Amino acid sequence: MAARVEIRHEDFDLGREVAALREGDGGTGAVVTFIGTVRDREGDCAGISSLELEHYPGMTEASIEAMIDDAFRRFDIRAARVVHRVGVLKPLEQIVLVAVTSAHRGQAFQACEFLMDYLKTQAPFWKKETRPEGACWVDARVSDDAALERWGIQATNAVAPPGA
Amino acid sequence: MRVRVRYFASLREALGAEETVEADGLATVGALRDHLVARGGAHAVGLARGRAVRQALDQRLCGDDAALRDGAEVAFFPPVTGG
Repeated sequence: MAARVEIRHEDFDLGREVAALREGDGGTGAVVTFIGTVRDREGDCAGISSLELEHYPGMTEASIEAMIDDAFRRFDIRAARVVHRVGVLKPLEQIVLVAVTSAHRGQAFQACEFLMDYLKTQAPFWKKETRPEGACWVDARVSDDAALERWGIQATNAVAPPGA
Repeated sequence: MRVRVRYFASLREALGAEETVEADGLATVGALRDHLVARGGAHAVGLARGRAVRQALDQRLCGDDAALRDGAEVAFFPPVTGG
């Protein structure tokens, strides 16, 4: 069985990933997957030519493993896997895969969304966009913190300190 | 007491990837951050108290009161933006 968490430069294949996750498991009745991809624009602002992803080796894997453990405690799921790419990616390329299996669809839908909400605000990755005017680091979003709060987890990733 | 300090993303670009810091008398991660800010220059700017800086002790997110020990790994980085 594949590792639950993989951080790598290479692309992934959704079909192969799903096949490996549910292989031989007759108790699985639902598979939910999420794929995040590179946009070439942000709102009305076009012209993103590439995205560079940096991570904190070791801490990134451990933090996602802990998120998956939490997902298994909260939801009745059978298997889960997260693949996240790092390095330089071009628009339209795949960035991240979250795949979850369960007996019935509801738990897999919820666990997949929970893992993505968690990952956005707690896993140490950073994105840098290259635009015609230069490269800049992407700002964290308060809306991502709010998404995690739906699950009863207080997130302050995007919050600036008082007086900032 | 010595600790390994690592920086990521914009802080890595400003301060370098890592350094070893003599941390005698520094009990917590918050005290270490203040010590680095007191150097002035890029450290004072990048780690300023008014900025959104996240920190980790031995690869776990932590607050200012996390206790340092000899050989600890401390990391400072901006809010995360993966996914």
